[in-house]
Amino acid sequence: MELMNEEQMKKVILKLSQDILKEKKDIQNLCVVGIQRRGTVLGERISKIIGKIKGKNLPIGSIDITFYRDDLSRIAYQPVIRGTDIPFPVDDVQIILVDDVLYTGRTVRAAIDSLLDLGRPQKVELAVLIDRGHRELPIQPQYVGRKIATSQDEIIEVKVKEIDGKEKVLLSKRSKNEF
Amino acid sequence: MSLLIKGGRVVDPMSGTDEILDIFIRGEKILKIGKGITFSAKKIIDATDSIVIPGLIDMHTHLRDPGREDEETIRSGTLAAARGGFTTICCMPNTSPVIDDISLVRYILRKAEKEGVVEVLPIASISKNEDGETLSEMGKLRREGAVSFSDDGKWVRNAHLMRRALEYVKMLNLPLISHCENEDLSKNGVINEGIFSTILGLPGIPKEAEEVAVFRDICLTRLANSSLHIAHISTVSSLNLVREARKRGIKVSCEVTPHHFTLSEELVRSFDTNTKINPPLRGKDDVKALREGLKDGSIEVIATDHAPHTPEEKELDYALAPFGIIGLETALGLVIKELVKPEILTLSQGIAKLTVNPARILNLDRGRIREEGLANLAIFNLNEEWEVKKEDFLSLSKNSPFVGWSLPGKVKWTIFKGKVAYRS
Amino acid sequence: MSFERKDLLGIEDLRSEEIYFILDTAKSLRQILDRPIKKVPTLRGKTVANLFFEPSTRTRISFELAAKRLNADVVSFSYSTSSISKGESLLDTVKNIMAMRVDCFVLRHPVPGTPHFLAKNLPVSVINAGDGSHEHPTQALIDLYTIREKKGKLEGLEVVIIGDIAHSRVARSDIWALNKLGAKVRVCGPPTLIPPQIEKIGVKVFYSVEEAIKGVDVVMMLRVQEERQNRCFFPSLHEYREFFSLNEARLNLAKPEAIIMHPGPVNRGVELPAVLADGKKSVILDQVTNGIAVRMAVLYLLLGRKK
Repeated sequence: MELMNEEQMKKVILKLSQDILKEKKDIQNLCVVGIQRRGTVLGERISKIIGKIKGKNLPIGSIDITFYRDDLSRIAYQPVIRGTDIPFPVDDVQIILVDDVLYTGRTVRAAIDSLLDLGRPQKVELAVLIDRGHRELPIQPQYVGRKIATSQDEIIEVKVKEIDGKEKVLLSKRSKNEF
Repeated sequence: MSLLIKGGRVVDPMSGTDEILDIFIRGEKILKIGKGITFSAKKIIDATDSIVIPGLIDMHTHLRDPGREDEETIRSGTLAAARGGFTTICCMPNTSPVIDDISLVRYILRKAEKEGVVEVLPIASISKNEDGETLSEMGKLRREGAVSFSDDGKWVRNAHLMRRALEYVKMLNLPLISHCENEDLSKNGVINEGIFSTILGLPGIPKEAEEVAVFRDICLTRLANSSLHIAHISTVSSLNLVREARKRGIKVSCEVTPHHFTLSEELVRSFDTNTKINPPLRGKDDVKALREGLKDGSIEVIATDHAPHTPEEKELDYALAPFGIIGLETALGLVIKELVKPEILTLSQGIAKLTVNPARILNLDRGRIREEGLANLAIFNLNEEWEVKKEDFLSLSKNSPFVGWSLPGKVKWTIFKGKVAYRS
Repeated sequence: MSFERKDLLGIEDLRSEEIYFILDTAKSLRQILDRPIKKVPTLRGKTVANLFFEPSTRTRISFELAAKRLNADVVSFSYSTSSISKGESLLDTVKNIMAMRVDCFVLRHPVPGTPHFLAKNLPVSVINAGDGSHEHPTQALIDLYTIREKKGKLEGLEVVIIGDIAHSRVARSDIWALNKLGAKVRVCGPPTLIPPQIEKIGVKVFYSVEEAIKGVDVVMMLRVQEERQNRCFFPSLHEYREFFSLNEARLNLAKPEAIIMHPGPVNRGVELPAVLADGKKSVILDQVTNGIAVRMAVLYLLLGRKK
């Protein structure tokens, strides 16, 4: 089932960017790090939108959490490693961590640990397109595009042009084989 | 210096030439070959009624220099060679010290350059000091000027070393030369083991001492996919092993000495130590087989194994006297008398065994008469007989069983790099 | 793509996709070595046992560091300290160590096939760190990684391996690996050190360095051991150096951008002069650094997944 179409996604991403700007008057020190892969795509868009408003794009990096996952010995497959690429120093900056869907919070936990192994940021905040609830760790987003109530046997997928060739948010039932 | 050889019958096995031609030489090289050359030359040799051949090549000579200059020196050895019609001799490394180091290769080349009258090409040893245990630095020795490798005088008993030596030498594109004698079998022997060792009560050297060694070396050559040249082959079975190997594509060649295709073991009854040779004189059937081998091409090379010894050494009892006889000055005569005249080989074939063939085996640009080639030539009279006299030998040593023989093919001139090296 | 094997025993049986997968994984892990905190928590709680029955400082340390960078625990056993010398069989020793709940063995042994024997008899992963003259798979992977890093690709490259091919496990693993990924391999050494019929596994044989090195993209030098001289494989180190070492003149016959590699340790002044070992074209130290990343990748792919 389609939860959001292209138009709606565009609006929500714009709102996320504006929310960030509302909080962060001074963007001197601000950077964006997207969690691979779709978090990176969203992070890039947010950076560009803010760039259009403020006249300067925010520095953007991407982080791969494969080596920090807590479930490697439980999953049946080997995750594809996309690689971490953060072209700016992590010390003393304010980072907005971006992901498409916030669920259990474990991915974000791994991303924070990975970031902290690279340096000592002044502050790390979380921006997500969709918060679907069911946290298993005490992780909260500072900026949310949309909150959607889901059940454990459902999946939310965010599709973006750059990766999937289309722009939409989908809700479907989990099949037996998925974790 | 220019030299014109007029009217000789030029026999060049490589090109198949056999006709009356003039040869004009300038400096070290042959400038022109043709009929009725009229260039003016400083010196003219009238070769009418003589045969002109490429200077002979001996793949197996012992010059006792360094170490036993009383037996032979580089100078005297080259003088003897020139008298025999040879312009290139390859000297074996079992001198004292052994030629296992580039300094010794250099010594021989320089001394030959300075004092020799023909070319001397050193054969270096396979193992250091011919110890049969460690490889000599064959790459460096080759680069310095060694033309092949042999532990002549000895067989490389250690099969692993022989195998590695055969493999290693592949990168130098040369064969190894092997003296095939299993010393466990030949120890203490002085003549061929057979009826005569029985009658005379002298310890014998069985033919198998040579044959097991030939067989092993052929097998190792196949294993290493390398090339082997067997020195002084002397028995029927050795020859058959070589024939069989060549049929199967194994790269093996061999040489025979003039004394082995001429003399047989009855001569030892005289107890003349000039019949004491290693490998020993064999039976009449071996002599016959060796001649057939020359005829059918299984034996490609004739080499002298010229082994000078002083009279004091040879005038000892048969057991104590060293093995070996000289051969440079009688080789051509014996080839003519024993092979060419009885029509076992044509003249061209006979000469080929001493020129083209050894040159090919050692990858040398020698042994042929051609324009722009080196002027290394021998001029001899096919039918003129001469008596082998001790006092005429130019070698320092006189240990030859052919003293008193009458041989055809008297060498009149030997030319080396355009200069006269010998004149009778 | 996932790495399905329990063990890494050799290159001969690997498919090219598996090799590329390991190299790509190593690429991601390589970054960790340049960070201030050179660790990730991936293999936390796993234990790797290094069993080295041949002296080796460099490979052992490389595997130790690789395991530690992934937060695994490491224990190292070398021949003199293990109870093998007391007559305990290899399998017994290993089973004893296994009873201490070890997850993986890294084995280096002088006899070919020993890692295969262990792998067959144990439920845990076995990594071959060199079995006699047979294979040294991680070294080949390191070499491929380094070549790809410097040249961008492997397909179509001309690679020459110079030295004692007959006794080299590195040469064998490299030949398999390079051929599988489409490179063209030449080997060069004295005929006594070229194993029989090696052309059959896809190499061109040369006895002359000048011939072998013409136009190559990669020059791989192998160490030559003096003991071989005593067994008549070559007459002397001096002659070996004259004919088979790398020098400026020979290097100039290769492509101008050719790189020099060596699995180490280098016999300076024998197969490779110091000036070339330390020069601009040498990637020997890169091989060492990449070695950690590649070994991390192997450990991660074997241990960082569901049992």
